This record gives sequence, structure tokens and C-alpha cells, in this order.
Amino acid sequence: MEWLNSVVQGTLLGGLYALFAAGLSLIFGVMRLVNIAHGDLIVLAAYLGLTVTSATGLHPLLAMVLVVPAMAAIGYALQRGVLNQTLGDDLLPPLLVTFGLSVIIQNALLEVYSADPQKMNAGALETASVSVGGLALGVLPLLTFAIAVAVIAGLQFTFYRTALGRAFRAVSDNQDIAQLMGLNRRHIFGLAMALALAVTAVAGILLGIRTSFDPSIGGGRLIFGFEAVIIGGLGNLWGTLVGGVILGVAQTVGAKIDPGWQLLSGHIAFLLILVVRPNGLFPRVSG
Amino acid sequence: MTYKNYHVTRTSQAARIAAIVGAVVLIILIAAPWWAGRADLRLMGELFLYLALASLWNLMAGYAGLVSVGQQAYVGFGGYMLFALTMFGGLHPTVAIIAAGGLGALISIPVAALIFRLRGAYFAIGTWVMAEVFRLSFAQVSTLGGGSGTSLPVKIVKSLASGRSARESLSYWMALGAAVLVVAAVYLFLRSRNGLALTAIRDNELAAGSLGIDIWRTKFLVYIVASALTAMIGALIFLQKLRISPDAAFSVNDWTAFVIFIVVIGGIGTVEGPIIGTLVYFALRETLADLGTIYLMVLGLVAIVVMLRAPKGVWGLIRARFDLQLFPLGHRVVRTPDKGD
Repeated sequence: MEWLNSVVQGTLLGGLYALFAAGLSLIFGVMRLVNIAHGDLIVLAAYLGLTVTSATGLHPLLAMVLVVPAMAAIGYALQRGVLNQTLGDDLLPPLLVTFGLSVIIQNALLEVYSADPQKMNAGALETASVSVGGLALGVLPLLTFAIAVAVIAGLQFTFYRTALGRAFRAVSDNQDIAQLMGLNRRHIFGLAMALALAVTAVAGILLGIRTSFDPSIGGGRLIFGFEAVIIGGLGNLWGTLVGGVILGVAQTVGAKIDPGWQLLSGHIAFLLILVVRPNGLFPRVSG
Repeated sequence: MTYKNYHVTRTSQAARIAAIVGAVVLIILIAAPWWAGRADLRLMGELFLYLALASLWNLMAGYAGLVSVGQQAYVGFGGYMLFALTMFGGLHPTVAIIAAGGLGALISIPVAALIFRLRGAYFAIGTWVMAEVFRLSFAQVSTLGGGSGTSLPVKIVKSLASGRSARESLSYWMALGAAVLVVAAVYLFLRSRNGLALTAIRDNELAAGSLGIDIWRTKFLVYIVASALTAMIGALIFLQKLRISPDAAFSVNDWTAFVIFIVVIGGIGTVEGPIIGTLVYFALRETLADLGTIYLMVLGLVAIVVMLRAPKGVWGLIRARFDLQLFPLGHRVVRTPDKGD
């Protein structure tokens, strides 16, 4: 029963990792950009949530109403102002520019909020639980998982059923021809980054309610998201959810064996999948 | 105009002058323990170790296209091997440093086999995952202090040399020697057959492959050589620090972020770039370090601006302006001075 509990808790944790990964997967899918600052942007969203809740007294989940559009605006500005200049055949500029961005965000957060761990107070939601078949499931992890499923379903819908999604897929397939067909790829990329950071904002708020955070944890979040993307297979959003779940279960089961093994067993699960299936479990596009 | 009036040459007047100036500077630097103060000696030692790390990262990223953000794996591994081999293996520190390089090469083989399955930017994050695996694994080793780390026993420190100033001089010379060794190794490697293949891959991977260059093997070789040397530098770094902990040993900021900034600012894909970049980085650090986090933000901003506005770095600007190459790697056509002309 205890093992089953670990697996269930890990599955729910996987929802959070899938949210970390969804933004990463989206921007890679649309413009082949890997954003090293992704983890720091998640932490930035958590801090924005903290500022909003402490300034207005809003519940953290309601703070999303302000933080999500704010992060989307940051994403659009970032893409149009900086990242569009780095796109091209050369791999180095986007990688190094986002790496520099990561250092800047991390130290700016350190300067503004200090290195002390912070946490958002979500009141009764943090401790509420429901009993399902003898297992006590936290309402917050359940809610996180449900949000993750909803976000991925929403992204999937946007990608394959809307005009915006068609534009995303067009620039992804061939930027030049999409441009000739009257799409402004710079604007489309800006919108893709805005959407990715909107998802990141949701992930950051849920992270900030679940655990305490400080400016240095961005790198770790980036790695979790990245592992979920690779496990699930590039370009497959539902695969990313599966990847997040596998990572979450590996971590909670590892922690059950020995608390020091939590993170390590997640990484080992990732490396094992890399050995067995280098392209992930359900790849859609080649890297 | 006849062709015999022209010939192809590698060296140039500038390269010959640079070689002479370099030799003089090297002699002055070797003599530093007699003219520099203790603090300066330490600073220069650190500078040489960063120069070595930067040259190795540049070899990987600038020539082989292997952009790693996980070389801290080998810095930390080398440091931990120094501690383990001297404390439990009873080796002399200098022997342990060389052994750390050998072990670094050994461990990098399975790592490369695994992460070479990832391409491009995903390779970069994959190297970071490996570094995290190294960090978390060493944090589990309780004989090496677990998560809180350990100090090098006094007995081992004293076995290096008797007397504090002798130890400091030795440690300085080892750092200088490591930097010279690494820069020379990178230069000679690039002039070799493998280096030619590497330069071809850098310029156009597809064309290089169609000329029969084994791209995977060449990159694999570069990764292993760079990792082995990085492990040796890591051992030297922690011989200077005398204390090791997983967070310090596998710090992405200290051993990768700064190194990347050095190479980007100096000029990626050139032998001279990391040298210029190291000097610029230390100048910035010594003048701005009091600003703390602001200084790091400035550094990140400088790197972004350089990458966007002058992607070839400071050395790239100089070379575009004056057509200089201090380490003769390229070939050029020059007119032969001929009295019958």
C-alpha cells in the first residue's frame, strides 16, 4: 500500500513536471529554440505570484489572473526584443543568449527578493486531502494534475484546431514559405513565446504553493522539464505528460527507498530511457 | 604575373613576434614567485586555471560544436579524485592529479556514449544532467564527507612541499604549467590531422562528412581529451582550495557559466579568444566584484550583447580589423620577394 501511495503521489507530482516541460516543448516545436532560462522564468513567475499575493491579499490561484498575462507579455517582449535575433542555423547564439539571460534573471531575483526561501500561502488548500480507496490524496496535487491535463489539452487544441496553431505549425515546417504566405514569423514566434510563458506562469504559481523556492532553483526545474520532454519524445505534448509522470514516479519511489536518492533516481530513470529509446517513448519530430 | 612569385605560408611576421613576446612573458611569469606578492600569486594561479578551462571549453564548443553546460562534472570529478586518491590511495598529490586525468578520460567514455545520443541544444542540457548525477552521487559518498564535504588532511598538504611559501610557489607553477600545457595541446591538436578534420567539421559538418571525415569519432575524441584535461584542472583547483563539497565542486556558475562568458567575450573558435577573454573577465571581476549580484548581471548582459552584436568576440573584432593570427593555424598566400620580379 505504501508503494502504491508513492506511485500515486509521483504521478500527481508528474503533473507539475509536465507543466514545467510544456512551455519548453512548445517553443522547441515552433522555433527549435531551447531556452536555458526556462527554469529561471518559472521561478520568476513564482516570485511575481508572491508579490501579487502579498500586495493585494489575493489567493495564489487567483493571482494567476495577473501573473499569467504579465508573463505572456514578458515572453512576447523577450522574443521580439532579443531572442528573434538569435534564430538561424547556428546553434550557439540562442543557447548562449538564453544562458546569459538565466544568469541575469537569477541575480536580479537575488537582488530584489534576497536568497531566503519563500513560499506562497494558499490557506486550507495546502493541507486539504480526500480519501480515495484508502489513500489520502492532497487536493493541491490533484488540482495540479488536473490543471496539467487541461493545459496540455488546451495546447493540443490550439495547435491542431485553431488558426494560431496552423500558423505555429507552418513556421515550424518551413519559415521561409510561411513568410511568403503572409505570416510574419517574428510575430508568430513572439506569440509562441507568450503562450509558453503563460504556461510557465501557471507552473511557477503551482510550484510556489507546493514548496518553498529561492532564486537558485531554476536550473533544477529546467532539468526536470527537459527530462520530461525527452522521455516523452520530442514534439509530443501528451508524451510530455507521460514523461513528467515517469519522472515524478521515479523520484517518489526513489525517495521511498532512501531519501537521498530522490533526485538521483529521477535522473537515472531518464538516462535508462535514453539508453533504451534515444528518441523518447513517443517521438513526433526528430531532434 | 607568374605563379612562382607567390607561395603559401602558415606563419607570419605577427606570429613570429607573438611567439617571441609570448616566450618573454612566460619567463617573467615563471619568475613570478620572486617578484609578486602572495595575493597576486594566488590571483594569477586562479587566472591560469580559468584560462585552461576556457581553452578546453572553446575546443569543444568552438571547434567540435559540442556545446556543454556540464563541464563542471569533470572539474568536480577531478577534485574528488584528488581527495580520494591522496586520502585513501596514499598517492602523492602530483601523481594523484595525473591519475585524476586518466580516470576522467575513463569515466567520460560511457558518459559520451550516452549523451552523444542527444543533439544540439539538448546535448547541452544532457551534459548538465550528467553533472547533476555526478554531484548527487558524490554527495552519497559518506567517506568523502557526503553532502557537506571534506578538507584535505594537513599531512597531505605538507607532503607537497615543506613551508608555506614553497607550497604556494609550487601551486602557482602547477597552475601556470597546466595553462601552458592546455593551450599548447589545443594548438598542436588543431595543427594535427585530427585538428584539420575538426576545423572542417566546424566550417561545414555536411561537407566534412562527405569528404570522408568520421564526425562522430572526431567529436568523441575531442570530448574525451577535453574531459580528461578538465579533470586534471579540477584536481589542481581543489588542491589550491584544500576543501571540497559537492555544491562547490559541481557548481554550474563557477565552472561553466564564467568559462562560457570568458570564451564568448574573448572570441569563440579561436585559440587567442580564451586568452583575451580571461584577461577581460579578471579585469571586470577585480573592478566590479564588490557589486555582488549586479556584477553578475553585468557579466550576463555583456555576454548577450557580444553574442548578438559581435559574435566572434573581442579577438574577432581585432582580427577583422588587422588580419592577425598569433597562433599560426590558417594558411595564407604571400608574394615571394624576388629580384627578377
